[in-house]
Amino acid sequence: MTVPVLEIQGVSKRFGTNLANDDISITLAKGEIVALLGENGAGKTTLMSVLFGHYMPDAGRILIDGMELPQGKPRAAIRAGVGMVHQHFSLASNLTVLENVMTGTEKLWSWRSGTSAARKKLLAISERFGLKVDPDARLGDLSVGEQQRVEILKALYNDARILILDEPTAVLTNIEAEKLFTTLKEMARQGLSLIFISHKLDEVMTAADRIIVLRSGKVVAERRASETSKAELAELMVGRRVTRPVREPSAPGTVALEAADITVKINGVERLKSISFRLREGEILGIIGVSGNGQAALAHLLSGTLSRTSGTLLLFGEPIGNLGVADVVSADIGRIPEDRNEEGVIGEMAIWENAVLERISSPAFSRSGLVNRKAGIAFAKEIIGQFDVRGGSPASRARLLSGGNMQKLILGRNLHQRPRILIAAQPARGLDEGAVAAVHARLLEARRQGTAILLISEDLDEVIALADRIQAIVGGRLSPPVEAEVAEARRLGLMMAGEWHEAWKADHAI
Amino acid sequence: MTLLFDIIASVGLWGAVLRIATPLIFGTLGALLCERAGVLNLGIEGIMTFGAMIGWLSVYHGADLWTGLLVAAIAGGVFGLLHSGLTVTLGLSQHVAGLGVTLFASSFSYYVFRLIVPTAGTPPTIVPFQPIAIPGLSTLPFIGPAFFTQTAPTYLAILIALMMAYILFRTPLGLAIRMTGENPHAAEAQGVNPMKVRYGAVIAGSALMGMGGAFLTLSAFNSFFPTMIQGRGWICIALVVFSSWRPGRALFGALLFAFFDAFQLRLQTVVEGVPYQMFLMTPYILSIVALAVMARRARVPQALMRPYRRGER
Repeated sequence: MTVPVLEIQGVSKRFGTNLANDDISITLAKGEIVALLGENGAGKTTLMSVLFGHYMPDAGRILIDGMELPQGKPRAAIRAGVGMVHQHFSLASNLTVLENVMTGTEKLWSWRSGTSAARKKLLAISERFGLKVDPDARLGDLSVGEQQRVEILKALYNDARILILDEPTAVLTNIEAEKLFTTLKEMARQGLSLIFISHKLDEVMTAADRIIVLRSGKVVAERRASETSKAELAELMVGRRVTRPVREPSAPGTVALEAADITVKINGVERLKSISFRLREGEILGIIGVSGNGQAALAHLLSGTLSRTSGTLLLFGEPIGNLGVADVVSADIGRIPEDRNEEGVIGEMAIWENAVLERISSPAFSRSGLVNRKAGIAFAKEIIGQFDVRGGSPASRARLLSGGNMQKLILGRNLHQRPRILIAAQPARGLDEGAVAAVHARLLEARRQGTAILLISEDLDEVIALADRIQAIVGGRLSPPVEAEVAEARRLGLMMAGEWHEAWKADHAI
Repeated sequence: MTLLFDIIASVGLWGAVLRIATPLIFGTLGALLCERAGVLNLGIEGIMTFGAMIGWLSVYHGADLWTGLLVAAIAGGVFGLLHSGLTVTLGLSQHVAGLGVTLFASSFSYYVFRLIVPTAGTPPTIVPFQPIAIPGLSTLPFIGPAFFTQTAPTYLAILIALMMAYILFRTPLGLAIRMTGENPHAAEAQGVNPMKVRYGAVIAGSALMGMGGAFLTLSAFNSFFPTMIQGRGWICIALVVFSSWRPGRALFGALLFAFFDAFQLRLQTVVEGVPYQMFLMTPYILSIVALAVMARRARVPQALMRPYRRGER
């Protein structure tokens, strides 16, 4: 038997009382793609940081081609041929692609950078693996997908033979993600070995040869992709059976929110083009589409942070002017913003402060200009209990919550008061399987209680499972709605591509 | 109008521009180097004061002028070490640490000065750097006497600006410095030690600040008085922004400011009936205008003022 390219032997790493990695052993062969599957907090990233030398392990060792790697030295890992593509890119947006790639690759004290040789090498690599980039482009001008390509090129430029990708698709659109996996397979075919970290079942099934499941810092299972199923993996990952809840039929009530011919221009560019929709009480209206097609403008418009250029908006039949955020709050419209870290919570403030912030002027939480701390903390405790927010007390900073728990906090803040309308933008994005199920269950519960929910999402499965009616958003335009009963994946795919007339015809031709 | 033209066409004005610009060039380059590595160095005002004092003091006690300049650079570097200790190792607020360094260095300068020269009413003087005529160029009409009959440190300042531009944009060291100022985590991941880079840049930058101060006592004047920096350090901080963190443009910015300053000085003497304070204000007002125009397009080093800690994002 040949020596594996990479062997992790019995690695343990403890942070305080938390055992992040518990005696983990993994091997990786040449030309193989291994997926490291686990929920957030399972210890995947810690393990890879140990491998790359960012952390010193408390026990265990790492062998590359049978040679032991010195611990805690990123430089040694790079030299041994390990390349890491971080989830948050380690790139400088003000420097060019070439400069980003070249940093640290030459002797620091030499009189001249070998720029032209470096450019040649970079172009050769980009040619070899089909990773197109312009070496002289400023990194900040590139799309997220292109930036990731640079991150990968950077590792390859350092002659990496083992590539580690930390949740590579978290920031990508579906199309970019597909492209990425094609590239990864090509790289494996050419003899590189890859580990990618993920909590998405779809992608580990399609992209990996072998799947290693991590839970609470331990390897709980190892499966060949061809010999397992999504259901089995989900169960292994979460440790129990998880099933995403599915909507039951119900009778929607009166129209809560109606948009007619609304156009939104930002800096002269039409982000929404004459869109119309009707949202009824007790229903979920799904807005499906690849992100970047006007979803952000739609969510901001209904959240009161953006005004419309033309068109009418009716709230329970009453025409309303432009909404401010305060109007939105007082009209009982709840909001789950797309980017929870940027717009959802204020990371440096306490959980209880985040919980009451938008209602801080209500008599329940403040009197004569003084904040009622006790009531705020009590309210936060209630949300934490009711919505199962784990990993923080009312007084701890919101930044310390994991993505899923942060989302539960935001959901709790919005749903606790039973809003009449809820604008949910990508509510389950980036969450692990258990958290997705919890978020979905909450949305369906709100629907049962009569809340009108606008669900903006690019996840087909999510929309099909939750929405009563579905409209597609493409290039700022909104398709006519289709009933969920007749919406299957092919038809929604056509709609997301902007071909809703085709989809329509196919439906009515018979 | 002819009056303005006469001023602009005078050799004296242009000679003064380079002279006024020199301490600004040193200071701006020093601040620029620190900021390129991600450290704002508001210690500049105090470091320039101390450089002016210690450079002058060395020469007053018998050192030659170049040794005086070197002593000022070393003293600047020591304050740079202090500033990096506070901001890089301890990760304190760069604003607060910098202002602290300025207050300390300014007061310490005065203290040392008074210890050595306790009673003098008029401060004692030294023999400063003398202008050097560059052979071949200094005999050119107009340009010669204006630009090529300066003291040696002025030529040095311009040389350093060119060298810094080369180092920052053409060498691996420069790339490491810029990467550290943009994203120290990325630098670390590529095997560059951001801590060392920041220490080095702040120490070297502060040394340049010290030299800028020393120019005032060793070349522009011949004695030291404690208030002589007169906000030049703060102008340098603004010039760094004006220059978009580029040494070539920093050189240009310093010359532009010096031009305004030299111009208003001459205007004061020929225009009557306007309080001279009005003229004194003009270079600053014009600087604010120029800054407002230029700074909008500036690309700030992304990690400027952000302390770096290993393993923390």
